Amino acid sequence: MPAPELLLDLTLGALLLILAVAALHGQRLYTGIISFIAFGLLLALVWARFGAPDLALAEAVIGAGLTGVLLLSALGRSDSDSEPAPIRAPARMLAALLLGVLVLILLLRAVLPLAQGPQPLPALVASQLEASGVSHPVTAVLLNFRAWDTLLELLVLLLAVLGVRQLRPSGQPQPGVWPLLQAWSRVLAPLSVLTAGYLLWRGSHAPGGAFQAGALLAAGVVMLRLAGLLPELRWAYWPLRALVLIGLALFLSIAAAGAWLGDGWLSYPPGWSGPLILLIEVAATLSIAASLSLLVVGERKELER
Amino acid sequence: MLAWLSGVALVAGAFFFIAGTLGLLRFPDVYSRLHAVTKADTLGLGLVVLGLCLRAPSWRAGLLMLLVWLLVMASSTTACQLLARYQRERDQLAEEDDNASP
Repeated sequence: MPAPELLLDLTLGALLLILAVAALHGQRLYTGIISFIAFGLLLALVWARFGAPDLALAEAVIGAGLTGVLLLSALGRSDSDSEPAPIRAPARMLAALLLGVLVLILLLRAVLPLAQGPQPLPALVASQLEASGVSHPVTAVLLNFRAWDTLLELLVLLLAVLGVRQLRPSGQPQPGVWPLLQAWSRVLAPLSVLTAGYLLWRGSHAPGGAFQAGALLAAGVVMLRLAGLLPELRWAYWPLRALVLIGLALFLSIAAAGAWLGDGWLSYPPGWSGPLILLIEVAATLSIAASLSLLVVGERKELER
Repeated sequence: MLAWLSGVALVAGAFFFIAGTLGLLRFPDVYSRLHAVTKADTLGLGLVVLGLCLRAPSWRAGLLMLLVWLLVMASSTTACQLLARYQRERDQLAEEDDNASP
């Protein structure tokens, strides 16, 4: 009986559209951010309905969770009173419309072939899965077949941290700590470590992976920091800088070693790909966790030397 | 029999969710809204979990749902306190402003 499921999907779709409009055109920035977070959570549900748990996890953890926290902390650091009125010049509207149509055309070109039956790419991935060293196709694509993309993603994250450091964010007033929050953070932090480890380990054969695990770890760190249970994350403290760098550094050195000694840039030696991928994922998780935590709770005094 | 029990629990859970949402929409201030939402959600989710546990294919699935319920309960308690404290601080600030400039 497809009717209830269709009803659920239609409701989800309508809610997504409403929340998107609310996020873009809300009267207050705060309302917009909350709508954006709710939008991300619903989008994760939609991905789960599509049978794409990897995307659902990433969307829930990074799209809704971390981006939401980043936006909220940016709002906390800015003058919330001075919200500029949105500019609605006709030329700008026209440009936005044109851009929207262009993006729509690109997206349609990507989505429409899916309606014409199975695509060649999944079969290609499945046929090469044996050689990739992991048994989950998404991880195989991310860390073996298209490892270049993942490497560049780590680079983007590093650049973001460095950029924020250059901008020298002004400190935000820390909320007062209180016992219930502290007690609950003490319970949640080990849970976040446990879940992150599980996601990381699971990534080789089931949905999960470095980005989701790193974001969960970062969530634990941010919560402990906000509850006043962790000391300041000082950029001057060298292990922190090492943590931020280790993912990219390890990935790059493995890639370079492959290019120098092995078959080429980013092609793992046969038989070694499984352990190498796991190693890269562990290092990437630590880097992602450190970078994201710094992005959210990094204060001026923490990011300066 | 089990199916009936589970059905009753699910419907009761849905009722509490709807009542909580109505409270969120209709109640006048933050505190009573929080009261409506957290009470109703805790009880509503508990009843839904109970109803689903009765239909669960294995002990494991039921146990997982119970754990989810516990986690949601604890975190919604903390979130409720967080929101209520924030509102109280704002109220106090507003009162001080009123007292300062009558």
